[in-house]
Amino acid sequence: MLAKRLIPCLDIDKGRVVKGTKFLQIRDAGDPVENAVLYDKDRADELVFLDITASHEKRDIMINVVRKIAKKIFIPFTVGGGLRNIQDITNILRAGADKVSINTQAVIAPELIKESSRKFGSQCVVVAVDAKRKNGQWEVYIHGGRTPTGMDVVAWIKKCERLGAGEILLTSMDQDGTKSGYDTELLKAVSTTVNIPVIASGGAGKLEHFYEAIVKGGADAILAASLFHFREFTIPQVKQYLKKRDIEIRL
Amino acid sequence: MLSKKIAIIDYKMGNLHSVFNAFQYLKIPVEFTHEKEKILNCAGIVLPGVGAFGDAMKNLQYLGLVDLIKQEISSKKPYLGICLGLQLLFEQSEECRGKRGLNIFKGKVVRFRSKGIKVPHIGWNQLCLKKKSELFKGIQQGSYFYFVHSYYVAPEDKNIIATTTEYGEEFVSSISLDRVFGVQFHPEKSQDKGMEMIKNFARICLNTRRSVPAKL
Repeated sequence: MLAKRLIPCLDIDKGRVVKGTKFLQIRDAGDPVENAVLYDKDRADELVFLDITASHEKRDIMINVVRKIAKKIFIPFTVGGGLRNIQDITNILRAGADKVSINTQAVIAPELIKESSRKFGSQCVVVAVDAKRKNGQWEVYIHGGRTPTGMDVVAWIKKCERLGAGEILLTSMDQDGTKSGYDTELLKAVSTTVNIPVIASGGAGKLEHFYEAIVKGGADAILAASLFHFREFTIPQVKQYLKKRDIEIRL
Repeated sequence: MLSKKIAIIDYKMGNLHSVFNAFQYLKIPVEFTHEKEKILNCAGIVLPGVGAFGDAMKNLQYLGLVDLIKQEISSKKPYLGICLGLQLLFEQSEECRGKRGLNIFKGKVVRFRSKGIKVPHIGWNQLCLKKKSELFKGIQQGSYFYFVHSYYVAPEDKNIIATTTEYGEEFVSSISLDRVFGVQFHPEKSQDKGMEMIKNFARICLNTRRSVPAKL
């Protein structure tokens, strides 16, 4: 049976690990390669690295980080953040990432999803979507959650699938950083509409939140950042818990 | 005598570097190449690859490697095909009708069709071991490996099936016959179990090195 995946996420700024959650203030630091090795030892199923470096000139640092990580860990990893065109995507994949995650640029220029999935295969292309509740539905936000787009999340994700996205990384902005659980309604609305895997993100605070994202939300994978980063829970702890509750998981 | 190196064939498809990195990490001597002489001189061949069946065959043809790989396989040099490298061993694929594969085994490559499953099949899934194979030495029944694919092989000769995996249906996740091995999953992304398998392949290459005549 296909196992549900547990995915720690690391935010990277100028080649260093920073903070835990996407929409909260930055704190802490660390070496991304060391962190990646630790998560690998803990038997994470995959890793996600989001490059939040603001200045474009410093982005090359990330390429080097990716190259180093690829030599040290042998589980799949995704790199996202600020990828603007097919060249940026090519560079990250050539450096050793298994997948790229695109967010803002996918909204601005949806053909990038098509172009990149055609060139590298759908399995390489993760579209990250930041969703915020509005009138009983959800709206797509871009620019790290700063800019509302007026687009409906479910409609947008359907379009992403059609364009060739291989997976959806779905973050609930309402839940992110609250530790009060994933937005299972949002997850369900998306996972029942598309036929590609959905990664749940935003809101994990308790063990049962992971369970709910899978069982109530229908998530194929669950992502958490600060919870793992600050060691409130370890990966083996979450995995053991899910296993006990009869979720298919790789220990 | 052949060199101790294992050739990882560089034919411009995705994921080649991860395979190279895994061998390097394990300190197994490799040659990352598409040069015929170098491939001929190596103790084994690894054909990785993520991407489309048709493109992969086109690239192999362009590099003039189709006959060479077939010859090497028939001369019993150990071969490990990963993902596309497994699929290419067969006659043809639904992914690209009209394009012939390497045609080592009878059968074709088909797409997942079961209802209620997501395609591509992405993630960690279990192996059901069907026969004894050197490649799976030390790998337990039910071990998880990392998969990412939409197509799988349907061999005519069921005796070559080494493992199967459950995803909506039971599909063939690896094959083995003598020294020809093909795996649909990615050992290079399957952590400790994957590393174990790569070490097994390297050992098979070293053990058979002496019995395969050098062609140069």
